[in-house]
Amino acid sequence: MLGPITILLVCQLAGEMTVRVLALPVPGPVLGMLLLFAGLLARRGVPRPLTEVAGGLLRNLSLLFVPAGVGVVAHLGRLSDEALPIAAALVGSTVLSIAVTAWVMAALLRRGGKEPGA
Amino acid sequence: MNDRLFDVWVYLSASPLAGLTLTLVAYQAGLWAFERCGRTPLVNPVLIAVVLIIAALKILGVDYKTYFDGAQFVHFLLGPATVALAVPLYNQFQQVRRSAGAMLAALAVGSMTAAGSAVALGWLFGASERTLLSLAPKSVTTPIAMGISEQLGGLPSLTAVFVILTGIVGGTLGSGVLNLVRVTDWRARGFGMGVAAHGIGTARALQVNETAGAFSGLAMGLNGLATAVLLPVLVRVLW
Repeated sequence: MLGPITILLVCQLAGEMTVRVLALPVPGPVLGMLLLFAGLLARRGVPRPLTEVAGGLLRNLSLLFVPAGVGVVAHLGRLSDEALPIAAALVGSTVLSIAVTAWVMAALLRRGGKEPGA
Repeated sequence: MNDRLFDVWVYLSASPLAGLTLTLVAYQAGLWAFERCGRTPLVNPVLIAVVLIIAALKILGVDYKTYFDGAQFVHFLLGPATVALAVPLYNQFQQVRRSAGAMLAALAVGSMTAAGSAVALGWLFGASERTLLSLAPKSVTTPIAMGISEQLGGLPSLTAVFVILTGIVGGTLGSGVLNLVRVTDWRARGFGMGVAAHGIGTARALQVNETAGAFSGLAMGLNGLATAVLLPVLVRVLW
């Protein structure tokens, strides 16, 4: 358990530092994800403990958004003043972009060949 | 007795334990409701937890900052969890490589649709300029979205709220929308969720299918990059 957590934090820290040194427009953790991915490619496999810890974190991923979500309280005034445009933009745009993105990708995948293992 | 109650109160409001515990208990309540309702995405544990916590803070008269002193330990794990997305990505790498072309095209279309339609709809219904600029990066994962918002002249903390609400909308309605447009391919379903609804969409995709989860996590990272590079340029040209 300690090993995989250390690996995750080392990748994140390396990501954060690289982003700052090179002034990249990416958050450190996303670069950290690419670093870990490169490491897994080089190693040709995921060590079992890392699979377990990563799985545990990702199974509870939505919990991690709760504290930021409670930040809504700081903006209740603006949210209620502009409730209609905000609701229209968030619901309309999110639904539309899920549909458009998935539809385009599915159409191109169909053209490109059969779906493996589906 | 009153003195002792007061002591307890002082302890709770000074210690991060209360905010942290409240977050976990509220989320467990959300999960319980989700399970009780047959795991329908319409009952969103994040939304339930957020509503319960806000109600508790209002009743107890505790401000967000005090709450966050405790909740930051949960918030912090977002970083390592993002790094951990490399694991499903690696497991699905063969599939990812085979669909790279389709993915990049869908990313370009999806990324622009997400930002463009949010601003267009907000403008159509009369949102203020500050709100519009804060809405533009709403589909992107929180840290990138806040950075973009600041660059555009929006309010980063308002953007963070829009990002979470977007995720909740995507997690709640996503499966239904995907069924409606008859996309059955898990790769495409996951990718759509990740582009439009970042980490909360990915959390939902992971619940349903590992392939969908891997494509969603990748889509979240790619859309963060694409939006960070394209949106400021686009806004400068069009605004």
